[in-house]
Amino acid sequence: MLQKIYDWIDERVDVTPIWRDIADHEVPEHVNPAHHFSAFVYCFGGLTFFVVVIQILSGMFLTMYYVPDIENAWKSVYYLQTEVAHAQIVRGMHHWGASVVIVMLFLHTLRVFFQGAYKKPRELNWMVGVLIFFIMLGLGFTGYLLPWDNKAYFATQVGIEIAEQVPLIGPEIKTLLAGDENIVGAQTLTRFFAIHVFFLPAALFALLAVHFLLIRRQGIAGPL
Amino acid sequence: MHRGKGMKFVGDSRISAERKHNIPKDYSEYPGRTEAFWPNFLLKEWLVGSVFLVGFLSLTLAHPSPLEGVADPTDAAYVPLPDWYFLFLYELLKYDFASGPYTLMGIIVIPGLAFGALLLAPFLDNGPGRRPYQRPIAVGMMLLAVTSVIWLTYESAAHVDWETRAEQNKPIHPDEQVNIDTEDPGFAIYESNCLSCHGDDLSGGGAGPSLIGIDRSAEEIATIATDGVGSMPADQFTGSDEELDQLVEFIMSVNEE
Repeated sequence: MLQKIYDWIDERVDVTPIWRDIADHEVPEHVNPAHHFSAFVYCFGGLTFFVVVIQILSGMFLTMYYVPDIENAWKSVYYLQTEVAHAQIVRGMHHWGASVVIVMLFLHTLRVFFQGAYKKPRELNWMVGVLIFFIMLGLGFTGYLLPWDNKAYFATQVGIEIAEQVPLIGPEIKTLLAGDENIVGAQTLTRFFAIHVFFLPAALFALLAVHFLLIRRQGIAGPL
Repeated sequence: MHRGKGMKFVGDSRISAERKHNIPKDYSEYPGRTEAFWPNFLLKEWLVGSVFLVGFLSLTLAHPSPLEGVADPTDAAYVPLPDWYFLFLYELLKYDFASGPYTLMGIIVIPGLAFGALLLAPFLDNGPGRRPYQRPIAVGMMLLAVTSVIWLTYESAAHVDWETRAEQNKPIHPDEQVNIDTEDPGFAIYESNCLSCHGDDLSGGGAGPSLIGIDRSAEEIATIATDGVGSMPADQFTGSDEELDQLVEFIMSVNEE
């Protein structure tokens, strides 16, 4: 039955080359932990993506309850945490995932760096990867404010004050992030919500697509 | 790249038969035992992912994600702290060469150089050798950077009393938040005598603890107001005995709810 459905679609759309481009390739021995256990270092990138998927899914479920305004943000998180079935686990996954993804990214970066895997012809992929790292830090910074508790509020205030000290464009950055020249408040929360949920994920997906496209195009760097 | 008519392929694949510069070798040309990604290798990856997920879920179950009290911009006593992966930048700004007149050093120059070098690493370290000992400068710089980041994070985190912080900033359930009757004559007395330390909602502040949910008799409260207790000095309350009664009654009434 499944085969028939596949054939029906394939006859019309010719999907076979597409999925073969994505999935049909040989995995070389030197990256396969089944042959060399030390090759587990090659898992870090994939696990980073795995945590990203966890972040996306748990984040989608969190937005079903979360309300991005200063009256209700904290209350909705508190409600999630104490009343909603399994929401403590979902929020826990999003909270801890934010830390674990940084750790995995860090390990993945170190693996690529110390193996010199960013050398020609893979310079572009390395730069895309570093940009993904920056995006992740941005997601961490903006997501930290959303529960609207004390640590969120004051950390954001300090962060914005630091951004303000940048020469020439500092005050503009502050206004862009906080929504006001002086106040960290209602505008800041909605802006951070928009940045955290729409702007940065959009940039992240684009960069991830390029990252994966390049790795499929160029292949994993050969053994040292 | 050569396209279109006359192009030769390897077997039935889309890989060009002609070897081009800078195009990596086909996987089949790597030495050793290769394995098909789909489905063999993916199944093994799935196992690694499952083990990882079990560990990750254990972490989330063992440590519920923290939530502090609702943001209070007037809380001047709160010591701000960023998430742990920004601690190293935060700690950097405390050094003399990166603060005060040299703040730009701490917020632009040092992080800019470090992250700029990270971004441009393939062009700074552009020799042909890939092994770490063939590029001692790049590897040395990276080791130095990693060590400093870990050291700065440790320095910053080690000086924080995490348990006390969590204890002081526990969230209060909205229903448990007591309604404070600011019309009560006792509140006016509270306002002029106690508010500066115990907060405008009796929830405590930088100097004084919360007065909500305390288990003390009226006499004890009156004695503490006049004689102090623990780190609270004596004679904080200055007023008549009648006012003291009103104050005690007010604090008792808040705790009854």
